[in-house]
Amino acid sequence: MKPAVFDYVRPATLDEATRLLGEKGVFSKVVAGSQSLGPMLNLRLAQPELLVDITSIPVLTAVSEQRDYVDIGACVSHADVEDGRIPDGSRGLLALVASRIAYRAVRNRGTLGGSLAHADPAADWISVFPLLGADVIVQSRRGTRTVAAENIMVSSFITVLQPDELIRTIRVPKISARARWGFCKFNQKAGEFAHAIGGVLHDPENDRFRAVIGAIETAPIVVADAASLFGGRFGPNLDARLDKRAVLALLDEKNVRDEYNRQLLLVALKRAAKQASES
Amino acid sequence: MSKSGVGARAKRKEDERFLYGRGQYIGDLRFPRMREVAFVRSPVAHARLKDVVIPGHLRSSVFTARDIAGVLPLKAVSPLPGFQVSEQPPLVTDKIRQVGELIAMCVADTRAEAEDIAAQISLEYDELPAVVDMLDAQKPGCVLVHDTVKGNVYVNVAFDGDIESVAKTAPVKVTRELRTARQVMSPIECRGFIAQWDSRVNQLILHGATQFPHVVRTGLSLVLQIPEIQIRVISPDVGGGFGYKAILAGEEVCLCWLAMRVDYPVRWLEDRREMLVANANCREHYYNITAYADNSGKILGFDAKAAVDTGAYSAYPFSAAIEASQVSAILPGPYSIPVYRCNTAAVATNKAPQLPYRGVARPGVCYAMELVVDAIAREIGKEPHEVRAVNLVRPEQMPYDNITDKHFDSGDYPQLLRMAVEAIDVNAVRARQQRGEKDGRLIGLGMSIFSEQTGHGTTADGKRRVLYEQAFARLTPDGRLDIRAGIQSIGQGLETTLAQIGSECLGMDIEDIHVKLGDTEISPYSSGAWGSRGMIWAGGATARACQELADRVARIGAALLQTDLKSVVVRDNGVYGPNGNVSLRDIARAYYLAPSELPGDIDPHGLEVTGGFTPTRITGIHTGAAHATIVAVDPETGGVEILDYVVVEDAGTLVNPMIVDGQIFGGTAQGIGSALFEEMAFDKQGQPLASTLADYLLPGCPDVPNIRVFHMQTPSPYTEFGIKGVGEGGAIGPGAAIANAINDALKSLGVEICEIPVTPRRILHALSTQVRRRA
Repeated sequence: MKPAVFDYVRPATLDEATRLLGEKGVFSKVVAGSQSLGPMLNLRLAQPELLVDITSIPVLTAVSEQRDYVDIGACVSHADVEDGRIPDGSRGLLALVASRIAYRAVRNRGTLGGSLAHADPAADWISVFPLLGADVIVQSRRGTRTVAAENIMVSSFITVLQPDELIRTIRVPKISARARWGFCKFNQKAGEFAHAIGGVLHDPENDRFRAVIGAIETAPIVVADAASLFGGRFGPNLDARLDKRAVLALLDEKNVRDEYNRQLLLVALKRAAKQASES
Repeated sequence: MSKSGVGARAKRKEDERFLYGRGQYIGDLRFPRMREVAFVRSPVAHARLKDVVIPGHLRSSVFTARDIAGVLPLKAVSPLPGFQVSEQPPLVTDKIRQVGELIAMCVADTRAEAEDIAAQISLEYDELPAVVDMLDAQKPGCVLVHDTVKGNVYVNVAFDGDIESVAKTAPVKVTRELRTARQVMSPIECRGFIAQWDSRVNQLILHGATQFPHVVRTGLSLVLQIPEIQIRVISPDVGGGFGYKAILAGEEVCLCWLAMRVDYPVRWLEDRREMLVANANCREHYYNITAYADNSGKILGFDAKAAVDTGAYSAYPFSAAIEASQVSAILPGPYSIPVYRCNTAAVATNKAPQLPYRGVARPGVCYAMELVVDAIAREIGKEPHEVRAVNLVRPEQMPYDNITDKHFDSGDYPQLLRMAVEAIDVNAVRARQQRGEKDGRLIGLGMSIFSEQTGHGTTADGKRRVLYEQAFARLTPDGRLDIRAGIQSIGQGLETTLAQIGSECLGMDIEDIHVKLGDTEISPYSSGAWGSRGMIWAGGATARACQELADRVARIGAALLQTDLKSVVVRDNGVYGPNGNVSLRDIARAYYLAPSELPGDIDPHGLEVTGGFTPTRITGIHTGAAHATIVAVDPETGGVEILDYVVVEDAGTLVNPMIVDGQIFGGTAQGIGSALFEEMAFDKQGQPLASTLADYLLPGCPDVPNIRVFHMQTPSPYTEFGIKGVGEGGAIGPGAAIANAINDALKSLGVEICEIPVTPRRILHALSTQVRRRA
C-alpha cells in the first residue's frame, strides 16, 4: 500500500498552481488535506504524474464576510468550521455538519474545497452547500467562473471541473434570523461515510424552502421548492406532512432501488424536517 | 500477600515505554542495508496457475515457487480421527485456492519500489469455479478445493446421543438456524517480520510479531529443514495478537528463505489491505439446532448440526480441526444437558484460511446456545434468565464432568447469573419496556452466560498432552530478579503480572524485578500466548522457578544468620530469622562476590532456576462469566445503541485485577464488533468485498459503552494461587447478549434475527419482511 511514483510541487501562488495544472500532457491532481486522495494514492487507485499541493497559497485559506454571503477559501479545514474560526452565516448548520465529518484527525486536515472536488456522494459538503444555495468559484489560467454548488457534481467522483481548474472559494449565502434548518445523516458508526443524508432549509426573508437528499451513489437530489415534498408551505409538524410517494419518485428517477437505502433516506429527510420545524 | 504480589492492582511496568511512544515494533526496527519485500498475490479465488511472467530486467528481484522449491509446504495435521490432510505451499505451485494467496516475492530497497516491481508481474491462469459457501461446498459434486480433502470437509467432529427418544416425549421443541459472519482480526499492528542471516553465529535471525517465538522456530526448522539451533526468533513489542500472531504462514517462510541466500536483512510489513483481503479471517459458523425442553425450560435434549467455514488451508499449527472440534465439544456450555448430539464439519472453501481469534469457537457456540435458550424462554413465556437458571451446572456438582466430558474444576454459575440479573436490574428494564420510549425506540434486554475452558494442555479432544511451560528466574549479583519466559506479551501486561508472581514468591517489590520475554535465545521453550493460558502456565512456571529460588535464598540467608533453615522465612526483600534478618541484596552479594563468607557446602546450582509447571489436571481450567446488556433499537433506521453493559466474571484468583478489567474491556469491545459491525462478505467468485477499514467496520470509541465489570473469585484447585484464564472471555459473551437484547426489543413486532452482526440493514430487512408477511 505505497503510491506509485509521482512528482510533487507546492506552489506559493494561485498563478503558479494554475500554470502547473495547465501544463499539457501531464496528468496532475490537486492535493490539499489529502484525506481522500492520500489513501487512493496508497491503494494505487489514483496514479497521477504530478501532485500540486495548494495548501500554502494564502488566498485559498482566506475567509471574508460580506453583507449577504461569506466567502470561504477552498483550503479551509472542516475543523476550522467546526471550531467556529470562520464567520458563520448559516446559523450553526456548517459547524454542526463539520463536527460530524469522519474523525477529528481527518477534520484537522481535510478541506471544504477538497471534499467538493473529490465528489464522494457519501460526503457531507456536496449535499450541504447545495442546500444552502452556495456558489463555487473555480479558477484556472483561463480565468474564473462561478458554478452553483448543486451543479458541481456530475456523478460519483465526477465533477464539472476541468483538469486545469481548481476550486478557489465557496460563496455561502447568509440565512436570516428567522430561517430554520434541519440536517440528518445516518451512518452505522460514528465517523463512517453516510448511508443517508437529509436536509431541509426554510428562510422566510427570501422565501426559500429547499431540501436535499444525499449519499445516494450519485449527485444529491436538490429540491429547490420543497413545498412539493411536504404538500405545501413550511410550517409546524413538517415531518408528518412528508409526501413519501413524492420522495420515492425522486429516488426512482435517480435509480435508488435498494430498500434499505430508500427507507433510510426517507427517515433522514423526515427527521431533518422535524428538526427544522421544531427549532 | 506482599503489596505488589498476587492480587495487587499494580500499574503496568511496560506502560511507560508504550505511553511515551518508545515501544519497539517490527515497523520501528532498522538494520543496516535492510531491504523490503512486497508480494504478488492472487487476484482470483480458485484457478490453475500456468505461468508467472517476470520481465527480464526484474528476474533477480522476484522469486516464485520454482525458486524456493527446497522449502517444504506448511502442513498442519490434526490427530483427530478422519482428518484429511492438505498442504499449504509458501508460494503457489500449481493451484490458487484463495484471493490474496502468495504467488511471488519481490524485493527492493523500499516497499514502494517492491510494489512497483510486483505491479509489473503478470499471471497466466485458468479460473475454476469458486467454492464460497460452506453449505454448498458439502453438496455432492461440488468442485474440490483440495484433491485430498474429499467432500470439502477437513474433518467431522461428532457426539452422538439418543435424541429420537427425547423428541418423542418432550413438550417443548425449538428449532433455529443461526449464522455468525466471517470476520477479520484487526490488531492495530498487522503482521510483520525481518529475516537476516548472522554469519558470525551461523544463525537465521527472525524478528517477528508473534505470540509464540518458540513455536515459530520449530515450524521454520521443519519447513526450511535446518536445525532449530540455527534459528533465533525474537518477538519485540507486539501491537495486539488475538490469535492472528499465533500462526506460521507463507510470508515469513519466504522471507527466511531469502535471508539465507542474500547478504542483507529483508523485511515484510503486512499492510491493512493484505490483512483484510488475504489473511486474518476468522469466526464464520453455521448452526442448525433443535432443542427439546420441558415446560420449565429444562433442556432435555440438544441436537445440532454445525459447520465452520475453515477456508482454503489448514493453518499452522492449530490446523483446520481446531474450530470445528471446539464447536462440537463446547456447545453445551455451562449447562447440564442430559442428551446431546452434534456434528460439526470443518469445511474447505476458497477463502482465506480461518484462524483462531480470541475465544476461537467459543463466541460462536455461546451465540448459538444462548439464542436457543432465549428462544425456549419465548416459547414457554418465561424470563430468559429463569430458563438459564434451571439448566446451569450447580456449585454443589463441582467438580463436574459434562456430556462432552469437559471437566469443570470449580465455579458458581447460578451466582454469576444472579449477579448479572441484579446488576442489569431486569425488573427495571421490564418496567421501562412497559412504559415505552418517547423517541419511539424499542428497549431490549439480553444476557449470555458461558463456561470458558482456559489454558488447556491437551489436544482438542482432550486425549493427549501437548505442552508444558517453563520459566527462568535468577537473582542477580546486585540483588534484583531477572525473570525470563518464552511466552510473549501481546499487550496483556505479562511484564507486570509475571513480576507480581516473582514478588509474591520472593517478597520483592516489582520495581526490582525485570521480565524478559519473546526471544528463543534467552528463554526456556514455551508454547506461547494463546488460549487464555499465560497466567495459568507461564505464571505457574514462574512461581515454581521463584519458589525454588526462594528455597535457595533461604538456605544462604540461614547460613549468613547462622540459624537453622527451618527457622527463617523469605519476605519483605530479605530472609528473616529469629534473631535478625539479611537482605536479598546482601545474600546475592555474598553468593556471587563474597563466597568466602558462606559455608563450604552451599548449593552449587546457584541463584538461577528454570522451573516448569503443569496444572494438576490439564484438560482446562473453567472460567465462567455472564454478560447482560440493555439496547435501544430504532425501528425506523435499524440503529442500535447499547445503553448498559455488565460483565460478571469468575476468573479465580486475580493476579492483577486492573489488568483483568482491561482484558475484559478490550475483549468486550471486540465482541461488540462481532455483534453489530464486523463482517467480511464475499461475492460469488470468492472476492472479499472489503479491502479497507472504510468497508470493514470496527467498533469505534463512541460504539463501546461504559462496561461495568463485577468479579467473583472462585480459585481453581488445579493451578498455582487458584488462577484461571481470562484473556479471551470478554470477546465471548457480547455476540449472544447483544443479539438476544435486539431480539428482545423486536419481540413485540414478531421479529427474531438469527445472524450476527445485527446490522441496521438486517434489522430493517427483517422488519419489512415481517410487515409483508402480516399483510
